[in-house]
Amino acid sequence: MKVLAFGIVKEIMGGASVAVDANISVAALQASLEQQYPRLKQLSAFMIAVNGEYAGPDVIVKPGDEVAIIPPVSGG
Amino acid sequence: MTDIKISATALTVQPCIDWALSAKSGGIDIFIGTVRDMTKGKKVVRLEFEAYESMAVSEMKKIANEAMAKWPVHKILIHHRTGVLVPGDIAVIIVVAAAHRDAAFDACRYAIDTLKKTVPIWKKEVFEDGEEWVAARP
Repeated sequence: MKVLAFGIVKEIMGGASVAVDANISVAALQASLEQQYPRLKQLSAFMIAVNGEYAGPDVIVKPGDEVAIIPPVSGG
Repeated sequence: MTDIKISATALTVQPCIDWALSAKSGGIDIFIGTVRDMTKGKKVVRLEFEAYESMAVSEMKKIANEAMAKWPVHKILIHHRTGVLVPGDIAVIIVVAAAHRDAAFDACRYAIDTLKKTVPIWKKEVFEDGEEWVAARP
């Protein structure tokens, strides 16, 4: 499945989306992304949103979900 | 009543005020966030704003609804820019209408403070000699 990337994460990954395995927890997804893109570890933090809502570490990411990586926000 | 918008084109203040004005609201509070020309002593050339639009709108709606639940306010408007902005441009407008000023001030501050923490919008500051995604690194 595809994960959306924004801001600095888009630059780290070199594109607006990246393919990942589905049916894993948000925590496992974050660990897998950090392994694939070590520069993510240099961020203050990054959250995962599932279907437009911030998702806790235990949420399972399923095929068909809209999943996004949310680096530290800086609007306003 | 709420009015939430992400806009790729220039924000204008007066229509936002006109939307908020009504005879029952004796206090209208407006916050306008603009692009500053300096950050930490460095001259800012431009800011580039990017949003996860669908989620940004839903998070902004949450903020407006929470503020309406917390304070006796009649109307809340939150408009935020995306795209390239130069110093002096308007990045965000928040307008709160209430019967009395205390609720309007409190809800307006809550809205901008919460927006900065939860709404998935990012800005890159571009200086004469480099660029940086704001708040991305510790």
